[in-house]
Amino acid sequence: MFKKFTLAALTLAFSATSSLAATNITWWHGMAGRNGEVINEVSKKFNEAQSACALTPVSKGTYEEALASGIAAFRSGEQPNILQVFDAGAATIINAKGAVIPAEDLIIKAGHNFDRNAFIDGVRYFYADSEGKFVGMPFNSSAPIMYINDEALKKAGVEAPKTWEEFEAAAPKLKEAGYIPLVQSQLTWQFTENFFSRNNIQFATNNNGYDAVVDTELKVTDPNLVMMFDKLKAWKDEGYFAFYGAGWNDNQKVFEEGKAAFWIGSSGSFGGLQKTAQMPFSATFLPYWGSIKGAGTNSFIGGAALFAMSGKSDEENKCVADFFQFLTSPEIQYFYHKATGYVAITKAAYELAQKDGYYKEKPVAEVGIKQLMLPAGDWSKGYRLGFYPQIREIMEREYGRIFSGETTVKDAFDTIEKEGNELLARFAKTAG
Amino acid sequence: MTTATDLLPAARGGTGTRTGGRRFGAFRLFGGQSSGGESAAKRVQFASPFLPYLFLAPQLAIIFIFFYWPSVQAIQSSFYLEDPFGFGSTFVGMTNYTDVLKSGEYLGIARFTAVFTALVTFFALSIGLLLAVKADGVIRGNAAYKTLLIWVYAIAPPVAGLIGMMFFDQHIGPIVELARWFGWDIKVGLNYFDTAFSMVVVSVWKQIPYNFIFFLSGLQGIPVSVREAAAIDCSSGFRRFWTVILPLLAPTAFFLLIINVTYALFDTFGAIDVMVKDKAANNPITLVYKVYMDGFRGNDLGGSSAQSVILMLIVFVLTIFQFRFIERRVHYN
Repeated sequence: MFKKFTLAALTLAFSATSSLAATNITWWHGMAGRNGEVINEVSKKFNEAQSACALTPVSKGTYEEALASGIAAFRSGEQPNILQVFDAGAATIINAKGAVIPAEDLIIKAGHNFDRNAFIDGVRYFYADSEGKFVGMPFNSSAPIMYINDEALKKAGVEAPKTWEEFEAAAPKLKEAGYIPLVQSQLTWQFTENFFSRNNIQFATNNNGYDAVVDTELKVTDPNLVMMFDKLKAWKDEGYFAFYGAGWNDNQKVFEEGKAAFWIGSSGSFGGLQKTAQMPFSATFLPYWGSIKGAGTNSFIGGAALFAMSGKSDEENKCVADFFQFLTSPEIQYFYHKATGYVAITKAAYELAQKDGYYKEKPVAEVGIKQLMLPAGDWSKGYRLGFYPQIREIMEREYGRIFSGETTVKDAFDTIEKEGNELLARFAKTAG
Repeated sequence: MTTATDLLPAARGGTGTRTGGRRFGAFRLFGGQSSGGESAAKRVQFASPFLPYLFLAPQLAIIFIFFYWPSVQAIQSSFYLEDPFGFGSTFVGMTNYTDVLKSGEYLGIARFTAVFTALVTFFALSIGLLLAVKADGVIRGNAAYKTLLIWVYAIAPPVAGLIGMMFFDQHIGPIVELARWFGWDIKVGLNYFDTAFSMVVVSVWKQIPYNFIFFLSGLQGIPVSVREAAAIDCSSGFRRFWTVILPLLAPTAFFLLIINVTYALFDTFGAIDVMVKDKAANNPITLVYKVYMDGFRGNDLGGSSAQSVILMLIVFVLTIFQFRFIERRVHYN
């Protein structure tokens, strides 16, 4: 009996020391379902690849909930090593000077090389500071792209449009063939932020907010943007565009059922769409306006980035750097790209996927990354706006009002600009 | 089964040991003013004057930690504009309050909240009462009726919200299909009125079983002798109900009124969240949902603290009003 006991105690002691030897780091994220499982797989791969660090991923619900828990934890000194923050929340965490260690500094300090040019163009600037230094590590990256119902096009005898002008010409035929020509899933991301990027138009003053927090103002009363929404409204009235509210899935559903010809979704929707779409589909870039000079540039990166929270020991920070390094390796990027539909963020990973023949088999998977690799313009690098999640809520509200006929396009953008600028001014005070 | 009338004097008089912070805290606070009929209860004398405080300590500690302390913090941070990570905060005086109260958007939400609360409270109470009266009158198979009406209460709120939501789904909702027959194209999430309508329906539907249970037990607490006497005096069933049964139910109804108002103001959050699918857009929302949106989604701690202080004041005024003006008309037996 005593022997058994000592043996048990000894085994326990040994196993305890062996796990003590590894440095534990935690990663809070906002992904659920299949995407959450892939995060667990990536973490497992990292833990198996080396023994110095043990990474534990923790799901905190949605993007917003992950950010809110990260903030609450930071205030009480219980922050995780790595926090996933979504595109619209980037300004919140990057402007809180001292909350994070820039990813680039962390990786260089750990003795790794860091080459900004290894990343594809569309990814390089969004989570970087105005000098181009990476603050966040781009992780799951997506682009708004246009999915195509192949059957609808065949039936109507039209080609997939590159520009909105071409869409306008094709729409009556699609309607005649019995389809809803166009649906979309997020007017803020797809028709506002990325309207500015694809058409290369300034979104906000102070270099889209990158240069300073104080006096940054929205430029959403831009006549081109107003024109875009005037068109959408007119298309809706003529039956060329259907709108089912701000919910993503309500709009996606009509496309999945084969009732719509084009759907603006995310490159990350591809994985799910393969299972739910009831007809053959393909995809192409988000259209731009041929009439706007200089249009056709790359889109902003969507999705989220990983941030290394400050206030951790050097050992732990080294582990975080190792993990970031591991995450950007071509093999892991390719694995993640295939498993989720998010784009590969390094050129090497893209080449690996090409060499492997992945895009021959699944051409849709390449559309997002190709759109992000389009030539960049002055205004297609990104935006950095405080309280931006709230500004998006104002936009959603006003857009809903436009399509339910409660307001005009002009009044809606005047309201968005006014209320949005008030929020930006408030944010400047918090950062001051 | 514990009846509502058993619970009520305890909740009212302050000598009871009901747990729970907020709602019953409010009962205690104002209950003293009108508690004249308590002479029947025995007075207990403690040997040491500190002993009662010792017994109260655990509950007071809970109320203090989970209610007063956060309230004080909310009041404090409502005067600051703060970087969410806690690096810098600027004292801005009343700016957060004036910003909110000047905003047409906020006033619109306040107006909707008032209408929503009134509608949910009225329909949840009246339908609950109607069902209770009818179920009380059933003689054959009454257990089956009652169980059928009560078991809905056992469904967890988020599940109930999801089920309610499915009824109103734009693509597959049966209620939407039904309304289309009558030429009404319900578009939840798109049309302000339609969303408001479905929010009220789901919130009422979830609260009916609760009210039903209390009303039913209240009805069963009415002595048979009183009913018989009334039946001899008056032949009209409706008048008997109006002049005899309803006044005897008043304590239960008053208790439920407060519970339902609080429910409509705060506990409908889950249903609303499911209904607007995380995107409020141009849909109606209530004040507490706005606090959540600005504080937890928008990370504007100062602004959302100011809003929650305003909400606190509204509840405070409402509670005083209810006890001052409505409870006076309620007679406890």
